[in-house]
Amino acid sequence: MSDVEKILVHVRVNGEPREALVEPRTLLVELLREHFNLTGTHIGCDTTYCGACTILLNGRTTKSCTVFAPMAEGGEIITVEGLSKNGELHPVQQAFAECHGLQCGFCTPGLLLSTVHLLSKTPKPTEKQIRKGIAGNTCRCTGYQNILKAVRTAAAEMEKS
Amino acid sequence: MYAHPFSYHRAGSLLEASRLLQELGEEARLIAGGQSLIPLMKMRMARPSALVDINFISGLSDIRRSDGHLRFGALARHADIEASDAAASIPIVHDCAAGIADVQVRNQGTIGGSLAEADPSGDWGAVLLTLDTSVRCSRSSGERTIALDDFFKDAYTTVLVPDELVCEIIVKQPHAKSGGAYLAFKRSAPVYATASAAVQLTLGDNDTCKDVRIVLGCVGLMAIRAKEAEKLLRGKKLDEKRIESAVEAARAAAEPQDDMRGSADYKRVLIGALVKRAIGIATRRARGEQVEAGHEYVGR
Repeated sequence: MSDVEKILVHVRVNGEPREALVEPRTLLVELLREHFNLTGTHIGCDTTYCGACTILLNGRTTKSCTVFAPMAEGGEIITVEGLSKNGELHPVQQAFAECHGLQCGFCTPGLLLSTVHLLSKTPKPTEKQIRKGIAGNTCRCTGYQNILKAVRTAAAEMEKS
Repeated sequence: MYAHPFSYHRAGSLLEASRLLQELGEEARLIAGGQSLIPLMKMRMARPSALVDINFISGLSDIRRSDGHLRFGALARHADIEASDAAASIPIVHDCAAGIADVQVRNQGTIGGSLAEADPSGDWGAVLLTLDTSVRCSRSSGERTIALDDFFKDAYTTVLVPDELVCEIIVKQPHAKSGGAYLAFKRSAPVYATASAAVQLTLGDNDTCKDVRIVLGCVGLMAIRAKEAEKLLRGKKLDEKRIESAVEAARAAAEPQDDMRGSADYKRVLIGALVKRAIGIATRRARGEQVEAGHEYVGR
């Protein structure tokens, strides 16, 4: 522990107001995992590469390992825990499950949020737009083919509803 | 990973940010998007004693057009620039904004932060040097506007004094018969390019090159203006032989180093290919054609 002054950080996480008194160097991903016990957001590379820690901050996908917690003050955060509603999986989660868009699952929370963000901006993405939309998320199991299929499936399902 | 401890200060205005920098001393750093500074701090390659957060200053992320100029607030995020009408009107700006790292990084990273960091591999420096760009900077004692050519001093070094910050980037709208292209070759989406080439070219009568700027990225301590290459094209007809000689001159201007992204020899070959293609795309765009360009990597 250092002797610098701690900062009280207020955010809304998945619709709930939360606060914590933290060292300024606390990363947003640590605030979520260690202080709020929301361990669905994963720490992968911890170097702004892999995207396992992707969350939505004020509606934008963000690598939560690359934000100091006080910078998120007042922010609206959505994590993977906030995607399902009333016990029903989000259509993007459903599509990843049905298309087998994962193997070990470590990258999945980040990919889900990147997909949600992509489809909110581009409801009918082309193959190229999908690839660009998930380029910041690394999966070392699947070879991506089923992930691409899951994104296409989710887009089609969301268009229906 | 934890950064070295630092004290955190939230600035509510440009004036307050400058005053905080003055009070906190030279070990303090500004933080904007943080997409370069935070990784550097986590790896302990940077260990500022204090951070002054400018993200809460309002009105610093506007993108607007006025009197033939585009004005980007220092906090304009790459993703906002990518989606802006302003970028659509200058294709080389869109090439750059749409391909920096990945969606998540573009959602946070800022144009002002990118210029102020002056990373030799930064995309904006190379691109904006092909245009008439100036940087409006502010400190508690007043403001000044600096031509981008005079802004960079060395790798990671600008002319900014410790309590001074970038507040706006001003780009002159290019001539109607002008076209540009930015090509950056990278190993994967989230990383810096191995080499990049930015070309802005204005056509005169009969397909002559009225004016051109060629800038090389990632192959020196700063972005490099390939002035000899420009000279070989300026005022001349754009035929294959001339373009080839300009490419050779650009290759000679590069000062690449061996690193994990590739050997110096490899980068010299790469930069030649990128310059050649960028001249071609810039020319076609100057003629009004729609051509794609930007960051390139496997799997895109």
